[in-house]
This record gives sequence, structure tokens and C-alpha cells, in this order.
Amino acid sequence: MARSVSNRAKALNTAVAGTLGFLMFFPILWIIVLSFKTEEDAIRAPLEVLFNSGWTLESFFTVQERSDYFKHFSNSVIISLGSTFLGLLIAVPAAWAMAFVPAKHTKNVLMWMLSTKMLPPVGVLVPIYLIFRDYGLLDTRIGLVFVLMMMNLPIIIWMLYTYFKEIPGEILEAARMDGASLREEILYVLTPMAIPGMASTVLLNIILAWNEAFWTLNLTAAKAAPLTAFIASYSSPEGLFYAKLSAASIMAIAPILIMGWFSQKQLVRGLTFGAVK
Amino acid sequence: MGQIQLNQVSKSFGSVEVIPPLDLTIEDGEFVVFVGPSGCGKSTLLRLIAGLEDVTDGHVMIDGDDATDIVPAKRGLAMVFQSYALYPHMSVRKNIAFPLRMAGLDKSEQDRRVTEAARVLNLTDYLERRPGQLSGGQRQRVAIGRAIVREPEAFLFDEPLSNLDAALRVGMRLEISELHKRLATTMIYVTHDQVEAMTMADKIVVLQAGVIEQVGSPLELYQRPRNTFVAGFIGSPKMNLIGGSEAAKHDAATIGIRPEHIEISEGPGAWEGTVGVSEHLGSDTFFHVQTAASSEPITVRAQGELGLRYGQKVYLSPSMEHLHRFDSKGLRIE
Repeated sequence: MARSVSNRAKALNTAVAGTLGFLMFFPILWIIVLSFKTEEDAIRAPLEVLFNSGWTLESFFTVQERSDYFKHFSNSVIISLGSTFLGLLIAVPAAWAMAFVPAKHTKNVLMWMLSTKMLPPVGVLVPIYLIFRDYGLLDTRIGLVFVLMMMNLPIIIWMLYTYFKEIPGEILEAARMDGASLREEILYVLTPMAIPGMASTVLLNIILAWNEAFWTLNLTAAKAAPLTAFIASYSSPEGLFYAKLSAASIMAIAPILIMGWFSQKQLVRGLTFGAVK
Repeated sequence: MGQIQLNQVSKSFGSVEVIPPLDLTIEDGEFVVFVGPSGCGKSTLLRLIAGLEDVTDGHVMIDGDDATDIVPAKRGLAMVFQSYALYPHMSVRKNIAFPLRMAGLDKSEQDRRVTEAARVLNLTDYLERRPGQLSGGQRQRVAIGRAIVREPEAFLFDEPLSNLDAALRVGMRLEISELHKRLATTMIYVTHDQVEAMTMADKIVVLQAGVIEQVGSPLELYQRPRNTFVAGFIGSPKMNLIGGSEAAKHDAATIGIRPEHIEISEGPGAWEGTVGVSEHLGSDTFFHVQTAASSEPITVRAQGELGLRYGQKVYLSPSMEHLHRFDSKGLRIE
């Protein structure tokens, strides 16, 4: 029987949920508002900010002038795409093998991979920093590509593994009965069925890499700094510049927000596969 | 041609032997059903014939040629899976054409065969749909279509109807039988449902724990079961198997009598008992009668309604010429 809910309870629930949703979204909304204000207006009392001050694009121009946005943007793109591509190169065969030709300890290997995500990154900061220093990888994009790829690899492998697992073995057997060679089986049957899963894995990984702030802040200075470092540079010892910080934040999160918006269907499907048939 | 011969074929998974060495010949054009309880090795046996599993020992011969080391695709067999195993990203047309495409047939020949198969299976209107947009019965037809277009030496069916509801199952059962009559191609059909086995097969192979218990026509198995396992497995409702002193009276360890070979009456008879649960099917009624002769209730089939009440005292008279006798090893005594 469907649970019956009174109209009053429904209205109350909607109000509570709406309020919570608004509270969660509020900081982002506030950043958007502040990014269109002057520095002087931005530090005034909230109500005055909203109703008693003008709107301007000044902060965006200043930010682009002071620190080259497009340089950071291209660093972010290279690092997130690079680490994702490199990760896939390793993860696809790994997940493939574990899903279709499991060995005795496959489950243990998977658990071990996941367990590496339980270690706080700061725990390995010193050794990785030293390795980067010795090999001249500090403040290089290739260094960041490697480190972010390694950080996200367990997640990529797990996602792909669960996705490949969902492909019924009987379909592959049917292809074999139908005369498909191993190459044709992979090309015509497996890959098309795995594409949705691979797409959502790629999307999630790009987002994770784009937003990653621990390694990008600690291992870069100027040359390879992505957008996360670009935002951070506006909370400086000389003082906080709310309007510019907000403008920088908006510019940094906008691309990924837009990409996320257009691919949300794919993302949700990817993140919930296996949960519902 | 589609003669299949298993010579001393056995299969082990690790140290567990699921099929001890076994011989079996399936003649060209025969409809053979492998039947047995879950886990009896019937699906494994089918997969050994298909080549989806490697035999541990022995040889699989197809039309007299040793096919043991030949890959599934080259054995000339087509298989219909329990889950249908359709390619979800392809249209019905592409699903059915897939084996032809793999075989490298030219496009016009592919189209001709797909159209013909779709016509035979009533799928013409659905050719452009995806499997996800079809009902269970239609999906099953697509799976069969994919098998037909290859014009194989033999069809292998692995419990193809078990995912369908009861009404659809009866319909598809007839369609598959019809298909066999029309194509006259060898068909090997795996099921755990003895009704499917009885209604469809030319020859039934009863399996238990990887061992062939009996091979024969449905009626042979029904009338002359080789042992108590076959006697109890074939026929619905089950044959009544009675041991103890009642069996000893007939010089046997166990006697068997089918429900339709017992007469139930209020007058005197061989066994006295009380009526338990009755199942009314309209044309027939099955009475479960508790007697002193057997520890289990004895099932009796009567025509129509007899108006017997629960707990009523009745007498059972088994028909002696239909009595089956089995020795202490469970084997039939002639």
C-alpha cells in the first residue's frame, strides 16, 4: 500500500526541504552577487549589498588583468583531461580483466584499491613532494596529471568494474555462438554496451580533477597552477578581496558547472548504476 | 544434417566432477529434451555441446566429425538462452542479422533472411524496435529468430521459457514444437519442467547429478520408468511410491502406482484411508488420502467431482496391471 501523507505534512516537508536547499545554495548565490559588486560595496552589511549598491563587471576585468585567467583555465583543462585519459588507459584493461576473468583474489585487490582512498592525502604529501622535487616535477602540468591520475585511479577502476559486471555474460556467449571473434565481440557488443558507463566515469573524473585543490595548491607555484590555485591567490596575506575572490570563483567553477548541467543525466545514471536495475 | 554424439564426455570444475563420463547419441532431426532437477548438470551438458564449456575428457562429435576442440561459432549450432541474451543496443533487425553479418553474408541476403524469419515469427512490425521496447514473449521470438537465420545443424535451447508467465509459456511451447515440425532440424532443449519435456520431446534424457537415469520417448518413460527417480520425476502429479510391508507383499522394496490408476470409493477396497486435501481442477479432482499402507498421503486422480469431504473415510483400489515394482536399489523389476 502506498503510504498516505496528509496535505499539511506534504506542505511542511516541502517547506523544510526548500529551506534546506536554499541554505545550501546560498553561499554560491552570495558569491554570484558579490562578484558583480565593487570591493567597497562587497564588505557592507548584506541587506545594503543587495538593495543599496550598484552592479558592475569591474571585478571580472581586474581579475583577468591581474592574473591571466586563460592560462589557469588551460592548465585546468590539460590537467583534468590528461589525468582522466591516462587513468582510463590503465583502468579499462584492469576493470575488464577483473570483471570478466576474475581470479581468486580479485575482490581483495579491489578492496585494497579502495582502501588507498581512506588514507588522507596529507599523509603522503612529504614523500610525494620530495619525489617531485628530485625529479623536477614541481610546478609542472605533467606532474599534476600523474598525481591526480593516481589519486582518482581507484575510483575509475571501481566504477568501470561495477559497470562491466552489469553486462550479462550470456550476451557475450551469444555473440560467441553467433560467430563473433574476440575482436568483434569487443568491438560490436562489449564496447557499445560499456559506453554509457565509460562516459559517466570520464565525466565524474574530470569534475574530481577539476575541483581538486590539495595537490594542485601544494605542488604548483605559477607555471602549472590551475583554476583552484587561481581562486586561492585572491585570499592573500595583504587582505581579503571579496569581490575579486568571488569573481575568480565564478570564473573557475562556471565551466565545470555548465558541463555538469548538460551531462547530469549521464552522471546520475553512472553514479546509481547497479543500485537499480 | 545434425547428428550429435557424446563419447565418454565428462566435466569437472576443479576437483568437483559435475558430469561423470557419459555416452549419448542424438539423431538428425530429433527433438531431445534434457530434464532433471536444478543442478543436475543438464545446462552444463548443453554448454559442452555448444562449446561454451570445454570438456574435461571425452569427445563431442557433430555429424561424425570430432568437434571437441572447435570454437562455438564453428560448430554450426545456434543457441537460445534463458535470458534471451539479445544485444540491447541493436534494433530487432540488427539483432537477428548479427550472426549473418559475422558470417560475412552480403547485405541483400541478410535482408532476405531477416525478413523471412520475422515473417515466420510475427516480428515484422517490430523490426526497428530495441529489445527493451518488447515484451518477454517478443524478446524470446527475437532470440529464436537470431537462431533460425543461421540455418544451423542443430538448435540448443537453455530453459528458454522459464522467464515467461504460465499462459505465454504454453503458447511458446506450441510455437517451438511447430517450428521443429516445419524445419525438421535437430533440437536440444533443456528444462526442469517435466510437462515441457513430456509435451515437446521425441526423446527425453532424464538426468540426476550428471548421470543419465533414462533415455526414451515420453510414453516409454511414463509407462516403464527404469528406476524410482524417473518414476517420481516424470508425471504430474507424481507417482505414488510405497515401501515397507505393502511393497513386500508384491516381492519388491518399493512399489509405484500413478494417481490415475487408483480407484477411490466409499465401498470396500484394498487400502482404507481418510480424505485429506482435495484439489479441484474441474475436469479432474486430485485427492490426497492418508492410509495405513504408506506414510506419505497417496494421491488419487478422479474424474469430475465425487463430493468427498475432508476427513471422510474412503477405500482405494490400485489397478494391479499398472503397478510398478522396484528393488532395494530402486531399479525396476520386470
